[in-house]
Amino acid sequence: MNRYDAIVIGAGHNGLTNAAYLAKAGLNVVVLEKNAYIGGAAVSRELHPGWVYSNCSYVCSMLRQAIHRDLDLSRHGLILVPYLGTISFGDGDGRLFAYHNPDAAYLELKRHSPHDADAMHRFHADLTRYSQLIRKTLMRTPPEPTSFRPKDILEFLYLAKQFWSLGEREIYEYVRFFTISAADFLDDYFENELIKAAMASPGIIGTALGVYSPGSAYILLHHAMGDVDGNIGAWGLARGGMGAISTALACAVRSHGGEICTQAGVRKVLVENRKAVGVMLENGDELRARIVVSNLDAKRTFTRIMDKADLPEGIFEKACNFKIRGSSGKVNIALSGLPRFSGVPDDRYINRGGQTFNGSLETMERAYDCWKRGRWSDNPFIESVIPSGSDPTVAPPGCHWMSNFIQYCPSSLSDGLWSPEKRERFGQTVIDKIERYSPGFRNLIVHMEVRTPHEIESEIGLTEGNIFQGELTIDQLFFNRPFPGYGQYRMPVRNLYMCGSSTHPGGGVSSACGANAAREILIDLRRPNTVPKDDFYDE
Amino acid sequence: MNDEHTADAYAGERLKLSPFHSRQAALNIRDAWASWNGYKFAPYYYDPVYEYFCVRNSCGTYDICPMQKYEIRGRDAEPMLNRLVTRDVRKIGLHRVGYSVWCTDEGRMIDDGTIFRLADDRFMLTCGSSCIAWLEKSTFGFDDVTVTDISDALGGLSLQGPTSCAVLKRMGFKGIGSAKPFDVMRFPFHGDELMISRTGFTGDLGYELWLHAELALQVWDELYAAGEDYGIQPYGEAATNMARLEAAFIMPAMEFNEALRTVHFEHDQTPFELNLGWLVDFDKPHFNGRSALWREKQRGPRYTLTRLDVEGNKPAAGAYIYPTRRCTREIGYVTSAMWSPAVKANLALAMIKTEHMDGDLWAEIYYEKELRPYRRIARCKRINKPFWMPERARATPPPDY
Repeated sequence: MNRYDAIVIGAGHNGLTNAAYLAKAGLNVVVLEKNAYIGGAAVSRELHPGWVYSNCSYVCSMLRQAIHRDLDLSRHGLILVPYLGTISFGDGDGRLFAYHNPDAAYLELKRHSPHDADAMHRFHADLTRYSQLIRKTLMRTPPEPTSFRPKDILEFLYLAKQFWSLGEREIYEYVRFFTISAADFLDDYFENELIKAAMASPGIIGTALGVYSPGSAYILLHHAMGDVDGNIGAWGLARGGMGAISTALACAVRSHGGEICTQAGVRKVLVENRKAVGVMLENGDELRARIVVSNLDAKRTFTRIMDKADLPEGIFEKACNFKIRGSSGKVNIALSGLPRFSGVPDDRYINRGGQTFNGSLETMERAYDCWKRGRWSDNPFIESVIPSGSDPTVAPPGCHWMSNFIQYCPSSLSDGLWSPEKRERFGQTVIDKIERYSPGFRNLIVHMEVRTPHEIESEIGLTEGNIFQGELTIDQLFFNRPFPGYGQYRMPVRNLYMCGSSTHPGGGVSSACGANAAREILIDLRRPNTVPKDDFYDE
Repeated sequence: MNDEHTADAYAGERLKLSPFHSRQAALNIRDAWASWNGYKFAPYYYDPVYEYFCVRNSCGTYDICPMQKYEIRGRDAEPMLNRLVTRDVRKIGLHRVGYSVWCTDEGRMIDDGTIFRLADDRFMLTCGSSCIAWLEKSTFGFDDVTVTDISDALGGLSLQGPTSCAVLKRMGFKGIGSAKPFDVMRFPFHGDELMISRTGFTGDLGYELWLHAELALQVWDELYAAGEDYGIQPYGEAATNMARLEAAFIMPAMEFNEALRTVHFEHDQTPFELNLGWLVDFDKPHFNGRSALWREKQRGPRYTLTRLDVEGNKPAAGAYIYPTRRCTREIGYVTSAMWSPAVKANLALAMIKTEHMDGDLWAEIYYEKELRPYRRIARCKRINKPFWMPERARATPPPDY
C-alpha cells in the first residue's frame, strides 16, 4: 500500500498550487485527478484539430503574482498576455468601445454621456480603493470571529487597521457596498444605460444573482480586483490557453518531487477514529496519508466522497444547503476567420479582444428571470473573448476561436433534465444572438463545444456547474466560507483540509485558496512555511 | 512665388525620415515621436507594453534604419577589423555575424556592434552611433581597405518574436528555417536582393532584414501582408528597451558611456566591467587596447555589471546598491531596471564594485504614489543567466510560434 504525507484530491489549479507548496516543504505529495487530463476548470483541450479551447475559465487576472513568481511559473512555460479592447453591445445600435488609451477611452465615454465620462474617474478611484482593501485579504487566512487565540486577534487588528485607513465616510460606504446590488451601486455614478449595462456585467458573471439582486455589487468587485502587472482591472490570457497555468503548476509540483496521478478518481475519504487517514479510489485501491486535502467544492466533498456517519452532526446538512447554484453556460466556437461586427470599425486594437453583449440592465434582468423559471433566455447576456486575436498558439493562422460565457443557464430545467437536443438548442440561441450583431458569423463556424451546467458538473466536477465552487455572497465569504467556523481550511474531520474555491477567497483562477490552505497545513505539521506573502503595487 | 516663401525655413532643424516612415506613421496612431541618430523615431506606436508582448508572444518590427552601417572592403579589411575589435574576426565565418566591442588604447569601450562577413574581403559593421572618424583612423597602416558609410542607402528592419520565422516562411523565403543564430542568408527580391540575418536585440527568436532603401515599402507591405495572421505589430524604443533588458543586453548611455565622449576619468567602461570579457581574445594578433585590457584582466575590473532579481515589484531605477540593509556605504548603482511582465520578476542591471559582488546586496529604491515619494530597501539576488532565454531563440529550425 502506498503511503504519502499528503493526498490532494483534484488537479485543478488550487489543488496543484497546494501540492506544490506542500512538496516544496519536503512533503511526499500525490495529486489525484479523476480525468485523464489535469487542470479542472483551468484547462485547454484541442477538441478539433488545430484549435485549442480554454474549455472553462478563459481569462486571467487574479492569479497571485507572488505565487507565479515564487513557483517560477514563467520558467515552467507560463506567460500571461494582456489583451486589448472590449466592445460592449447595446440592445440596438449602441456600441461602447473600451479603448486602451485613457484619452481615447474618455472621449468614447463622452460620446455617450459627458457626465458619465467624468463620473468614470470617481468610479475607478472608488472601485480601486475597495479592491485594494479586499486584495490585502486574499493571501491571508480569515480570522475566526469567536476565537480568542492571539493569532486571530492579531488578524482582526490588522484588518481593523486596514479598514480604518479608508477614512470614516468610506467605511460606511464600504459596508453598504457589500449588501447592495450592482445596479444600485452604478446608479450613484452613471446615467447612460449602455455604460451602466457594460459596467454591471461583471456583477453577474458566474453567479445566480441579477443586476438588481443585493450582493451583486460585491461580485462586480471580485471581478475587478485582479490585475495584470499592477494594472488593476486588466485581464490577461494565458498563452496556450488557461491549461498553460495548470501545466506550469504541475511542472512546479513535479520539480519539488510531487506526484500527479490522472484517471484516479476518489470514491471515498477514509476516516478512522474521526481522523482522515487516506482515500479509496474508484478502482478500489486504497492510498494512505497523514493528511487529505480536498480541492473539490464543499458540497461534493461532504456529500459525495464522505460518509455522513464520519461527519460531526450538522455538517452534512450544511453541505447540502451550501449555496452553489449553476447559472452559467459556455460555448466555445472554432472559426475559419475573424468575425466582423456591425457598427465596429476595422480597428485591430478593438475588434480582436473581448465582446460583451449587454443590451441594458433590463435585458440582463429579464435573462435572470428566465433562469429563475428554469429556462434560458432567447436574449442572454454573453461575455465573449477571441483569444486567438492575441495568442498565435490556439488556432491555425488566419483562423480564430471565440469563447462565449453565457449568463444565465440553469442547471435544472423546468421541463426536465438536460438532453443533447436541449444543449444543441441552447448553443443555437447563443449563435443566433451573436449573428444579430455579426451577420455571417454562422458561416465561419468550424466546430463548437456547448457546455451547460450539466456538462461542467459531469466533466470537471463543479456541483451544478457553479464556476466559483459556491456563491460569493456575504453569507459564504471570508470566515463564513465554506461554513461559519470552518474558514481556516481545516475541516470537521481531523487531518482533512479543503483547498478549493469553496474556501476563502473564493472563485477565480487565483491560486490563493490552495496556497493559503498549504500555509495552514504546514503550521499543523510543524513544517517551515513555504508560501510567500502577497505583493501589491499599491503599497 | 519666390523661393524665400516656399522653402522650409526650418529644414535644417527637422528630422530625417526613415524609408519605412510612411507606413510607420500610419500605424503610429498616438503620434508618438522621438528621434534617433537624426531620424524621426517612434518611442512606441500604440502602447509600449502591448508592443513588448508582441515581441514575446507573436512578432513585431523595429526600424533599424537609423543604425550606423559601414561597409569595409579590401584585402586588408579582415586584418583592419581584427586590429579594431577585441574578438577574433578571423573566426567569423562566411555569411556569419559576430557581436563585438572596440576600445581605446586605454581599454575603454568606444561602442559595441555586429560584424557581418559578407565575403572574404567584405564586411559590414553595424553600431548604435556614428564612428566613421574612428574607423578611418583605424585604417592607418593598412593599404587595401576602404570604409564606406552605407547607413542611408541600406535599410534595416528587425523582425522579432516567436512567429517571426513563420512570417518569413509565408513571405516565401524558403530555407530560412535552416538559418542558425548569427547566420546570414540572401534571397532574390523583385530583381534585387534581400539579406536576412538571424540576429536581434530582444533575446528571442528573431531576424533582421537588410535591403536597399528603395525597396523599403515593398518589403514592408509584403511582410505585413504575410504577418497579418501572425500578430505583426511595429514596436518602438520603449518595448525594445524592455526586451533587451530581459535578455541582459547592454545599451549605450545606460550601461556604458562611449569612451570617446567621456569627459571624466574612468567614467567610461572596460569590456570586463561590462561582463564582456568573453569577447576579449588575447590569443589573436594585436588589437587596440590589448595591453590595457591585459592589465585589467590580471587586476580584475573595479566594477562588474551584475544581473539582479530585486525583491518586491518597485523597479530599482537609479538606485544605489549597499552591502547592508542600513544603506550606509555605497558599493554600486543600478543602470537599468524594470518589472518584467514575462518573467514576473523585478529585474535590474547594476554596476557593483567587484569585491562586493558575492556579498549581500541591497537596493535603496525611491518611488512615488499619487505624488508622494516613498522609499523601500529591497534585497537583491544575483542571477547568472539572462533573465529571458527561451529555447526557441536557439532552436534550428525554430518553431512556428
